[in-house]
Amino acid sequence: MLRYLLRRLAQIIPTLFFVSVLIFVLQQLLPGDPAIALAGEDRDPDTVRYLRAKFHLDEPLPVRYWYWVSGALRGDLGESVRIQKPVTELILEKLPVTIQLAAMAMLIALGIGITAGVISAVKKDTWWDYGANVFALWGLSTPNFWLGILLILVFAVQLGWLPASGYVSPFEDLKANLSAMIMPAFVLGNAIAAVLMRHTRSAMLQVLSSDYVRTARAKGLDERVVILKHALRNALVPIITLGALEFGTLLSGAVLTEQVFTIPGFGKLIVDAVFNRDYLVVQGVVLFTATVYITLNLLADLAYFVVNPRMRVR
Amino acid sequence: MRIVFAFALVAVSFATQAQTLRIGLAEDPDILDPSMARTFVGRIVFAGLCDKLFDLDEKLNVVPQLATSYKWSADNKSLEIKLREGVTFHDGEKMDARAVKYSLERHKNMKGSNRRGELAVVSSVDAVDATTVRINLSAPFAPLLAVLTDRSGMVVSPKAAEAAGEKFGARPVCSGPFRFVERIAQDRITLERFPGYWNKGQIHFERIVYQPIPDATVRLANLRSGQLDFIERLAPADVPQLRSDGRFRIAKIVELGYQGITINVAKSDLAQKNPLGKDPRVREAFELSLDREALVKVAMEGEAQAGNQWVAPSNRYYAKSVTLPKRNLERAKQLLKEAGVANPSFTLMTPTASDAQRIAQVVQAMAKEAGFDVKIQSTEFATALKLQDQGQFEAFVLAWSGRADPDANLHQFLSCKGPLNGSGYCQEEVEARINEARTSLDPARRAAAYEVVARQVQKDRPIVYLFHRNWLWAHNAKLSGLRTVPDGMVRVQGLRMN
Repeated sequence: MLRYLLRRLAQIIPTLFFVSVLIFVLQQLLPGDPAIALAGEDRDPDTVRYLRAKFHLDEPLPVRYWYWVSGALRGDLGESVRIQKPVTELILEKLPVTIQLAAMAMLIALGIGITAGVISAVKKDTWWDYGANVFALWGLSTPNFWLGILLILVFAVQLGWLPASGYVSPFEDLKANLSAMIMPAFVLGNAIAAVLMRHTRSAMLQVLSSDYVRTARAKGLDERVVILKHALRNALVPIITLGALEFGTLLSGAVLTEQVFTIPGFGKLIVDAVFNRDYLVVQGVVLFTATVYITLNLLADLAYFVVNPRMRVR
Repeated sequence: MRIVFAFALVAVSFATQAQTLRIGLAEDPDILDPSMARTFVGRIVFAGLCDKLFDLDEKLNVVPQLATSYKWSADNKSLEIKLREGVTFHDGEKMDARAVKYSLERHKNMKGSNRRGELAVVSSVDAVDATTVRINLSAPFAPLLAVLTDRSGMVVSPKAAEAAGEKFGARPVCSGPFRFVERIAQDRITLERFPGYWNKGQIHFERIVYQPIPDATVRLANLRSGQLDFIERLAPADVPQLRSDGRFRIAKIVELGYQGITINVAKSDLAQKNPLGKDPRVREAFELSLDREALVKVAMEGEAQAGNQWVAPSNRYYAKSVTLPKRNLERAKQLLKEAGVANPSFTLMTPTASDAQRIAQVVQAMAKEAGFDVKIQSTEFATALKLQDQGQFEAFVLAWSGRADPDANLHQFLSCKGPLNGSGYCQEEVEARINEARTSLDPARRAAAYEVVARQVQKDRPIVYLFHRNWLWAHNAKLSGLRTVPDGMVRVQGLRMN
């Protein structure tokens, strides 16, 4: 176990190194001069020169990489040039927002997706099934920004039930927080629910036609028990894997939804940073997200190692 | 009864005081340090946070703010300013000549300062006594007063600035009507009323929250749902709809800046490889193919003023003798024939913003009728700026937000060594007259110099000026006291919610 753990930990180092090089090099491929972009409308030549020197833009790539990576190793990801805030502080500020939005979206997606998928499979070829399929098609084909603006117009402007946009910390005012987050979470969850519904339906159809379900029914079990206890449990395995992947994507920021609802999360942070060539913010956020992915992956592997005894024998 | 009345009065005054003004901005401001700041929306926040030596009124006159009066020396090479007494900074420090000297020197000398260019002619600053400061110049500089109505004229607390160094922008300390509370990047900037403000009778809000909401539709939805009290840059397309809603008001002002097309006439070799850059007749034909009024109507929903100079026709320095060219397709075709290029083709680099795209498309369609083949090249803004600086473009749709003095709309763009001279234009007479206008304090002489420049620039066309946008503001109908100054800043003094 210890050897396995050490081996996996050792693998993280080259992976992270590779990721950091990739982020850094890809960023350099962005056209445009960061110093000019940062110097603003006036673009005073002295300021442009100063910014170039300050951010080592006039030095060779390997040297610049070294400045950044050695700082990152010390836990210093640098500072946003645009607003003069340390990148780590920005990440810590946005992380809870993004986690909350992702978690709420995921809950909505699971709730709607699995329910619709199960109904659609059980009531195959009925109006229920067609209805669920239409819902899935709607979810997959509706652009997030359009649905977002539509919801704002209905629930904020016309009905006045929810705030149009903005974010309030749950520690400040939980009710206001939930009112502000429910629409963006629904917009994000709606699209994922459609994908989950399609997968739940096919997994359920497969399980429902298997021998053990037939046996359960032959035993005279109540249909609800057969579906929820015997069939759904087994059908859930691929859904959970898919859900986890979607959750990972949500954590890296939902750019358009955050933009429409003015939610200050990762997506908005990184897009603004790219447009303003705030290199250190882009690099810091991507490196952080990659590290989270790699760590989660490692934890999943370790969990697998713990639950599956056959792994330990190898 | 009297007690009840007194309580009611207190309650009413508390309710008035406890109000928060919520302002929706079109972008997230950058650093809140007057020396380093560079965005337009940043200036809107500064209007609540930092008072300046001078301010502008609705007619663009320079009026005192932290100053009370000023006097030029006989040779126009030094400006003596008398300061308002009894002004304190948000940290309780005194605002005096020493603080003004410190701030001006900081703006001029601090590394990374974006004010260095504006204050380049300032050779030294003397604190004559506690309330008198003298700015010495290396040469007369007419735009100085106008420069001091913007960030260069903002006075910061020396104690706070010394303590914070380069981090001053994270917690700015000035002497404006509101003081800094917090900033959550991309979410909001909160200011609270400064009880020690010298002009506190004019302040009727307890707090101001500035919220950046880049999408105009969402910004408007926030106003309509009551989340915001005021939004800047209403989309022109939303004007008719909002006008019919009695709960809101629209305010508009013609901007100080302009929208134009910069043509590469000598920036790089590319200029000589293209008929548009090479031949003034082709540029004239291009201009004659454009109908500015129609362009304004189609691309801006009528929310702009057609123009042909670096200042709007309503500006006192607009050269009236250099009139707006009317569309003339026959003449345009004839000019192209004379130039020997019946169907010239060029690439129009265009930022990805929707209004710039619309302008490019309308220009493309209009120019086509004269025989031009205009290819639109949508380019992300930072990339476009770099290509412009390198001269890797033929024509570029570019807006300038404008400054109070015409010099700042002209000198950096059309003087030979202007830092923003994207066209590569350099003309002896224009150079001399631009310099004459910036060193003369006589408005008549300046206007005469600008007239010569306008005539020559109209002939050479390094920039084809198109129009001046309206700053469109929308706000709750109960909000009163709004002042519409062409610089587009939201002045909080006098604003109140009825």
